[in-house]
Amino acid sequence: MNHAPTATPPAAHRPGPDWPFILGLGLLSSVYIILIVAMLVADATFTTPGHLLHALASPEIRFSVRLSLLSCTLTTLLSLWVSVPTAYLMSRFRFPGRRLMDAVLDIPIVLPPLVVGISLLILFQTPVGKMIERLIPITYALPSVVIAQFAVACAFSVRTMLVTFDQISPRREIVALTLGCNRSQAFWRVAFPEARRGMLTAATLAWARSLGEFGPILVFSGATRFRTEVLPTTVFLELSVGNLEAAVAVSLLMILAALAVLGIARVFGLRAPLERVL
Amino acid sequence: MIEVEQLHARAGEFSIRDVTLTVPRGCYGVLMGRTGSGKTTLLEAICGLRQIVSGRIRIGGRDITHLKPGERGIGLVPQDLALFPTMTVREHLAFALEIRREPRQAIEDRVDELAGLLGIAHLLDRGTAGLSGGESQRIALGRALAFRPGVLLLDEPLSALDETTREEMHALLREVQRSTRVTTLHVTHSRAEARALAEKLFLVENATVREAALQELSA
Repeated sequence: MNHAPTATPPAAHRPGPDWPFILGLGLLSSVYIILIVAMLVADATFTTPGHLLHALASPEIRFSVRLSLLSCTLTTLLSLWVSVPTAYLMSRFRFPGRRLMDAVLDIPIVLPPLVVGISLLILFQTPVGKMIERLIPITYALPSVVIAQFAVACAFSVRTMLVTFDQISPRREIVALTLGCNRSQAFWRVAFPEARRGMLTAATLAWARSLGEFGPILVFSGATRFRTEVLPTTVFLELSVGNLEAAVAVSLLMILAALAVLGIARVFGLRAPLERVL
Repeated sequence: MIEVEQLHARAGEFSIRDVTLTVPRGCYGVLMGRTGSGKTTLLEAICGLRQIVSGRIRIGGRDITHLKPGERGIGLVPQDLALFPTMTVREHLAFALEIRREPRQAIEDRVDELAGLLGIAHLLDRGTAGLSGGESQRIALGRALAFRPGVLLLDEPLSALDETTREEMHALLREVQRSTRVTTLHVTHSRAEARALAEKLFLVENATVREAALQELSA
């Protein structure tokens, strides 16, 4: 074929403009961003400092703030304690049933929250469950709050830790083995310190999930004031008696806590896992 | 001394077969071959990181074929170096000795000795971020030598370095070899590197190994 320039050049091709496409992307994404920000602004403008102080002065709400902080922190510690070894096992070892294990760990993420609550309630009606109940009262008592939060939050924590360990090259642990470590020493001295940022992200995620946990707690722990009332329960109870001001004030507290946690995760933790898990 | 006898080792789908080689005590052996020929698999098999199907590996007369990597007394400098990003240079050099619970004073003395030998005394309290290629090499080398292994294995450690740094490292490796008399097996695909360092030459061809005369390098 002859590619020599011809006397009459071919008609120049001009791609169409890019701006309508980019404008479309911008418009559609801004709809969602505006919705999120508008919700927060509506909450903030609805509430006055007076409402907030009034809500915080109520002994019931102070109890629920304390229980929320305590239970979320316990759940976070439990979640890390379970998710770090689970994720390390899945990231570093190939064993029969690994894919099944991976699939099972997704169940709490996709299961409707109320169903988690019902399932826990039923679990503690089984003979084994009843035996545990005789030793420590669980259902409708304080441990049920932590168990309900843990059942869901830990799955998010495992996902984050799995991404974390998958991103850490196993080569360094292998070199540690040649230097005289056993598997446990290679984990504690090499992999664990490297996973710090991932653990912080996993902890903040678990904490934030636990703070917002409502359905399973309502079913499994009940909504008893001064007993199993956490912040989402407070919002529900205040709404049900028509006290919208208190409900919004407590919601705002949770928004502030969630934003603080998000800030910590963004600044100190890994960004990638948060984006992949959420 | 490294003795490999009729080794058959597997790395996933890939395997090396019928490998026999001997690196005498205190000798600098160089193993050459094309990319993907099985050099790294052989090195990792000697370290205990690959599944051994059959054959035997002895280090200094001791059969280590089925020992754990940490029991073999082999210092490894992998191709990617795999430095520990959460540790200082000093902690790298002390790592293997701390695992062996050596007394603190002995560890400090050994770290100073290695830092002097490798010219990294000024880096001891730094982390690994921002180190140059040559500095990283020296630290990986120091980490592998710290516990006075009988055998040192180097997996293409100089491939990422520029010409000048590489020549410096050749001189350093010869100096380390002279002062420690550690039996070394160095994997490379560079003829220049082999010429500069080899006392014994092995070629990997068709998933097996043969010993070659040093004269083949100039051919």
